[in-house]
Amino acid sequence: MEYAIIIIAAIFVNNVVLAQFLGICPFIGVSGKISTSVGMGGAVLFVMTLATVVTWLAQHYILVPLGITFLQTITFILVIAALVQMVEIILKKVSPALYGALGVFLPLITTNCAVLGVAILTIQKDFNLMEGVVFAISTALGFTLAMVIFAGIREHLDNMEVPKGMAGVPIALVTAGILALAFMGFTGLV
Amino acid sequence: MSQMKNFTKGFIKENPVFVLLLGMCPTLGVTTSALNGLGMGLATTFVLIGSNMVVSAVKDFIPDKVRIPSYIVIIATFVTIVELVMQAYLPALYNQLGLFIPLIVVNCIVLGRAEAFASKNSVGASIIDGLGMGLGFAFALTLLGSVRELLGSGALFNFKFMESDGMLVFVLAPGAFIVLGYLIAIISRLNKKNA
Repeated sequence: MEYAIIIIAAIFVNNVVLAQFLGICPFIGVSGKISTSVGMGGAVLFVMTLATVVTWLAQHYILVPLGITFLQTITFILVIAALVQMVEIILKKVSPALYGALGVFLPLITTNCAVLGVAILTIQKDFNLMEGVVFAISTALGFTLAMVIFAGIREHLDNMEVPKGMAGVPIALVTAGILALAFMGFTGLV
Repeated sequence: MSQMKNFTKGFIKENPVFVLLLGMCPTLGVTTSALNGLGMGLATTFVLIGSNMVVSAVKDFIPDKVRIPSYIVIIATFVTIVELVMQAYLPALYNQLGLFIPLIVVNCIVLGRAEAFASKNSVGASIIDGLGMGLGFAFALTLLGSVRELLGSGALFNFKFMESDGMLVFVLAPGAFIVLGYLIAIISRLNKKNA
């Protein structure tokens, strides 16, 4: 039951992009087409889950016992950066097909603040390892959901006659605002 | 003259938020009021100045291959300083900004300036560039925060001058996207006129 609450809260109520404003750069940047946004979502799901596990272990088995939790930010970002590099190298060797699908998005993920954000939130919310993993997976699913819906809308937007001054990013942001308005309907669900 | 240009370009012409579209997450996330926007902007400015200064000072000693991780460590150091100082002296603001303080590390503006400017220029020029870009960022955040606070709660810097409560939606998440969209459209129009 507790897991169900974490899942619904992370996907709909506190959607990572539309309610918490994490991962806006890829949300605006690579949401031109549905296929690329699915690829980005897959890469984020993969890295976010791994990063949460590794940073959770680092926090509880290295930083806390040594009493150096003030090094959290610096440790986490290095762990994530190293992890992304490692995933890239391993994928290239082990599964070229998967690398072909996710490869282009991997370098972009280091600076995706959603990954670091979720790692820190997992610690702040005092989740155990299993809850952290569930939280990371459902946050990534929420990210993918928002990306795919947004990409679908933007594909249609391309064929519309948008006022000149609003074309491009401004209209995309206003659209995201309306989408966020729709997601606010989920408030109070849990 | 060129120093002056380094300083002023961050405000309108190369404004990191309105023109370069960098650092969107904190921009949207913390600007529920003018004061929060200003606080976040100044915190980022400090990190930018510090990281630009150190990166340009050590740029000749860092091998090219490991420069990005090295920059990240330098940036993370300054972010940790800001985090600890804020926690100690401005606990209220620290709680308001919350998660977004450690997330300055992954703000593309900071790494972007280190890579694009500080790694190629002198220490002095890099400090001025960091100051200009940081203040441009702070200016954008304060402007966005002011508009949202004004429309959402009829106040400015916590100073209330409207009887009614305003349209709450502008303080909530959707308002951030909508206000930023219109501000970007207005700024790009202004830039076109000047050019």
